[in-house]
Amino acid sequence: MNKGLPKWADVLLIPVLSLLLALFVSGLVVLFIGRDPIEAVKVMVQGAFGKYGIGYTLYYTTNFIFTGLAVAVAFHARLFNIGGEGQAGLGGVGVALVLLSFNWPNWVVALIAASIGAAIFGAAWAAIPAYLQAKRGSHIVITTIMFNLIGSALINYLLVGPMQAPGMVPETPGFPEAAALPTLHDVFAVFGIAFDKNAPANVSIFIALAALVFVYILIWKTRIGYEIRAFGHSEKAAVYAGISPLKITMIAMLVSGALAGLMAINTVMGEAERLVLDSVQGAGFVGIAVALMGRSHPVGVLLAAFLFGILYQGGGELSFAMGIPREMIVVIQALVIMFTGSLENIVRMPVEKLFLRFNKGGA
Amino acid sequence: MSVDTLDQGRSDSAAPVAPAIELIGVSKSFGPVQANKDISMTVAKGAIHGIVGENGAGKSTLMSILYGFYKADAGEIKINGVKTEITDSHAAIAAGIGMVHQHFMLVEPFTVLENVIMGAEDGPLLRPSLAKARKVLTQLAKEYELDVDPDAIVGDLSVGFQQRVEILKALYREADILILDEPTGVLTPAEADHLFRILENLKAQGKTIVLITHKLREIMAITDTVSVMRRGQMTATVPTAETSPSQLADLMVGRHVLLEVEKGAPNPGEVLLEVKNLSATDFQGVEKLKSISFNLRAGEILGVAGVAGNGQTDLLEILGGISPATAGEVRVKGEPIDLSKKASAALRRERGIGHVPEDRHQRGLVMPFQTWENTAFGYHNKPEFSGPMGLANQKAMLADAKEKIEKFDIRPTSPFLPASSYSGGNQQKIVIAREIENNPDVLLVGQPTRGVDIGAIEFIHKQIIALRDSGKAVLLVSVELEEILALSDRIIVMFDGVIQGERTPENTNEQELGMLMAGMNPEGTS
Repeated sequence: MNKGLPKWADVLLIPVLSLLLALFVSGLVVLFIGRDPIEAVKVMVQGAFGKYGIGYTLYYTTNFIFTGLAVAVAFHARLFNIGGEGQAGLGGVGVALVLLSFNWPNWVVALIAASIGAAIFGAAWAAIPAYLQAKRGSHIVITTIMFNLIGSALINYLLVGPMQAPGMVPETPGFPEAAALPTLHDVFAVFGIAFDKNAPANVSIFIALAALVFVYILIWKTRIGYEIRAFGHSEKAAVYAGISPLKITMIAMLVSGALAGLMAINTVMGEAERLVLDSVQGAGFVGIAVALMGRSHPVGVLLAAFLFGILYQGGGELSFAMGIPREMIVVIQALVIMFTGSLENIVRMPVEKLFLRFNKGGA
Repeated sequence: MSVDTLDQGRSDSAAPVAPAIELIGVSKSFGPVQANKDISMTVAKGAIHGIVGENGAGKSTLMSILYGFYKADAGEIKINGVKTEITDSHAAIAAGIGMVHQHFMLVEPFTVLENVIMGAEDGPLLRPSLAKARKVLTQLAKEYELDVDPDAIVGDLSVGFQQRVEILKALYREADILILDEPTGVLTPAEADHLFRILENLKAQGKTIVLITHKLREIMAITDTVSVMRRGQMTATVPTAETSPSQLADLMVGRHVLLEVEKGAPNPGEVLLEVKNLSATDFQGVEKLKSISFNLRAGEILGVAGVAGNGQTDLLEILGGISPATAGEVRVKGEPIDLSKKASAALRRERGIGHVPEDRHQRGLVMPFQTWENTAFGYHNKPEFSGPMGLANQKAMLADAKEKIEKFDIRPTSPFLPASSYSGGNQQKIVIAREIENNPDVLLVGQPTRGVDIGAIEFIHKQIIALRDSGKAVLLVSVELEEILALSDRIIVMFDGVIQGERTPENTNEQELGMLMAGMNPEGTS
């Protein structure tokens, strides 16, 4: 259907135009509540890229890379994993259990162990809906949403019960000192580059970048990836080719859940250094928008995750500096998700028509 | 509305009767694709006019323009001599045009009456409309042999009856011009004959009929005039009496084609596939196969004839490892194969069973996959396509694709195009190349030439016969009797999950096979 559209327009032009449209409507919203939209853009950009802001932007970006990849991998198998929120939350439980069970001597070993714990717990939380989908046909959208709620309740219970630190606060005890991850400040200091000391961005971002490469190879270079894509495009064809739907559903969702779970090394291990309530903070849902906007491709996911990192950090700055209520920021972020995700055809159709006319004129 | 003083047939009366349909210079393009190019066509009132052409020749686009689904880029349409703007299907219906689509537009849980009045209700209450429709239907049934129980649930009716409901819908809307798109594709020969009688009756009452088909036999049997389309253009319009099937075929393809398949005598060897008392029940408990038994030898093509939905699909899917059987035994080269739920298509391929599936769009190909990915599909775990650590050997896949493209003349020749950008014939060549080149002992072939252009049909038939001549066994399932008769060394006919009879092509004909397909047993035993 989109024969008339060159690839660069499909992957670049349309998202950018969608984004501009979203920002334009957001500008109207800001105008509507009686603030200056130009000023708001300035504040956002400075807030996201400024000396203090960039460390937060990259921290959020890391979260969104993990959850975006999680949604993207499942989506290649045409499975809509809405459960990133719960899987990332359970990943946090995995991280906490690993780090609290042993007095870790240094952060590298701790990071490896915590990553495995996060991945296993995230994957396990995705495994149940995956199995129900593959074996019983229970729709994965419904079950993963339910598992978000169950997961949240489970974590609440753990934090006021078995895993609670002494005292009244619903959180675990702090992790061992030696297991603290180096922040980007520490990393850049090695190279003599100055970086804000208080920013939460940490070495997890390199794991996120590695995950991008891993997903690229998995989906496009391996036989399992080939089977995942074949299954995603047509289950009937996959069965004809001898590909087991059960196997592919399980593998795709386990990888997806593991990626979502890995987010916890950034938040729980890297930032809070203990498991607290609501450690995911909606990143699981942002991952859906990131994967949609990034076309489920690692490069797209990277760019979209960075964009949403900017929106999150810049948006926070906006409420702080301009007194725009927090709810309005959410509205703006929702507008971006809406325009780049579900309303994409608003931009796509006119662009396609334009290209057609242009092509005809040229021919 | 059924008043018409004109005599039926080709009345060469001097009375200036405006043609029912007149198209003048109609063009339509979809992006860079010119689907219809400057088409002019006249259909006389009270005639049956055939339109033939290969897939993608533009027949359906042209009819969609006539029925208001698409708007032409240029040209004009005259209905009964009056210039008419057909902006949507309401305008088409108002102009007296009715359409019977290839895929029926019926609501299956509704009754016949409810379907007939749908969209043509007279008021907010249904009862008066239903009563009126009941009267009209009774009348139409008498006039045209169009009997259908008005209170039957459409989903319970056979395909032939469902088609009659479609025709009744058009007539209820007072259509004078009836367009039928590939109407016999799903019918038994007997049902098709009945349909033709209905069409003759309609014609006798002065209705104009446009028949779109790719079956030249039908064109010769029933039409008065025939138009041939090729690559978006109307290449010829001739009186049917003055043409022949081979001339029409040449006009459709643009070069001389062989309609007859050349093949030598079979040289059957050992039994490669042995099917014994095979039964299958679907998840709703419907028996799809009822204790089927047959043998297939090396160097032999066994044709399976039958109307779609009589168990052939289930047979192919069980043998191909897609679905399980409930009872029975199948042996390949004397060794039994797994018929349980644990079987998979991958295991079948290891046992030397190749499978060209009936539905290449949904099964045989992954449409967004590029050709080099599709040519390895199902064989992607073979050692030569496997790299270390679960990686795919993409270089080997690509080299293999290039070889197959060359050998099977797949066009366009780039291995990087998605399957969706090929014509039906070339898509099928990709599937056939993949399955034949993997050197199966037994090849299951379902509807090898459905939606395939005539030129490619010739090529695909040659490949199947070459495979037979190299000592392989071929199980050919097709709803096209011509194809079954032309290719098979033996023919079994399936009806309602049983083998209704076995024949050899030399000792049977379409009539006899047609009766077997309808569940009758002509002249005793088989």
